[in-house]
Amino acid sequence: MTLRIPALITAILERDLRLALRHGADTLGAVLFFILAGALFPLALGPSPELLRRMAPGIVWVCALLAALLPLDRLFGSELEDGSLDQLLMTGLPPSLIALAKMMAHWLTTGLPLLLAAGPLAIMLGMPTSSMVVLLTGLLLGTLILSLIGGMAASVVLGARRGGVLLPLLVLPLTTPALIFGAAALDAAQTGLSWGPDLELLGAFLAAALPLCPLAAGAGLRAAVE
Amino acid sequence: MPCPHHRPIARRISVIPAFTPPGRPLLEVENISVFRGERLVLDRVGFTLGAGDALLLTGPNGAGKSTLLRVLAGLHKPEGGHVLWSGVDALADRTQHAGRVAYLGHQDALKLGLTLRENLTLAARASGGNPDLCMESLNISGLADLPARMLSAGQKRRAALARVLLAQAPLWLLDEPSLGLDINTMGLLGTLFAAHRQAGGIVIATTHVPLPLPDARTHALPGLNESDIPQPLEDFPEDDLL
Repeated sequence: MTLRIPALITAILERDLRLALRHGADTLGAVLFFILAGALFPLALGPSPELLRRMAPGIVWVCALLAALLPLDRLFGSELEDGSLDQLLMTGLPPSLIALAKMMAHWLTTGLPLLLAAGPLAIMLGMPTSSMVVLLTGLLLGTLILSLIGGMAASVVLGARRGGVLLPLLVLPLTTPALIFGAAALDAAQTGLSWGPDLELLGAFLAAALPLCPLAAGAGLRAAVE
Repeated sequence: MPCPHHRPIARRISVIPAFTPPGRPLLEVENISVFRGERLVLDRVGFTLGAGDALLLTGPNGAGKSTLLRVLAGLHKPEGGHVLWSGVDALADRTQHAGRVAYLGHQDALKLGLTLRENLTLAARASGGNPDLCMESLNISGLADLPARMLSAGQKRRAALARVLLAQAPLWLLDEPSLGLDINTMGLLGTLFAAHRQAGGIVIATTHVPLPLPDARTHALPGLNESDIPQPLEDFPEDDLL
């Protein structure tokens, strides 16, 4: 059984990636939302390059956070509705690892595209290219954290009425530390301060979320099929 | 029964492995009790089944047949009672128990965007079984590369049954397996049941129609008493329930 665990996780990932490719419009939705929401800020704030450059880190981070929320509702919801969640649990894979595989799938289909779109959005807002490395490193850690915490929250509200409304209320407060450190690192980089400690704190947050979120999510999945 | 131009039965059922029958009853179900909200759905249900046995769960709608299957599959934790597999508490480690069970739920659990073969990949990876042989056993090989959304209800049911076969598990828990199946497939199902039981496997099925399970025992669940039916409250605080 132990030998089969990696093979089963890859099988779940393959399945989810294949589904994401077949339903391309759903997958692109989050990225398009990210770019559109980011593009609204210059329209609302006025075209002052100095102001936009100053606000760019915050805008990119908040938009990424909100965009990553969009597909969370369906992450486990679709599995519960068509009975696939039962079958996933019957594969003999521990529920926490099923949750971890789904979180990885969420990152690959949402986090990674957001990461790729973040560069162009940041350039559009006039962020200096020198801080691009900090932005992308921070967002790499940040999107991973979002997938883990988002996946946990999605499994906790699974089966609840109006889970879709509850989900952002659960996820957004939990991800504020990531937002604070990520945007602070960028701020520091723009003002020429040391941005290392902020990214390290972001890394520590990820290190804590990596084992804890799948465990909580696994319990949520068990409870959802009861 | 299968048409002459199809492969012989022996070839088709070769996907079913043999399970070694132990000395004592393979499956012992003791005093299972389940509450749904305030209502007692299952009240001290118990039975024992040996290798090769089959059990039909009958009873009116809402009697708890599906719930009992989910308890036996380890998907639902009962409020009381035990499920013993070869004398060992099966529900103590539900992840391990999943390896002994092939569960067919009320839903077919197919992803409509994936082809039939892709839908079976995960189950094949879990059990190490051969999906092509299992699809052949249910006469759906020709549909293997079609997206599941193009299949009819009966074909989807056959795909779900192929997954049961693919699990290569000794305990089959089937929630209305005959749903949407045509006469030919029912015959096929009878052959598969017989082969599974001959190999020492157990079949437990809920049904409202006769299934091709000769000398299967029947366990009738009593269903609701009038007094057990919860009365709707006047001002039910619906908004407080999530």
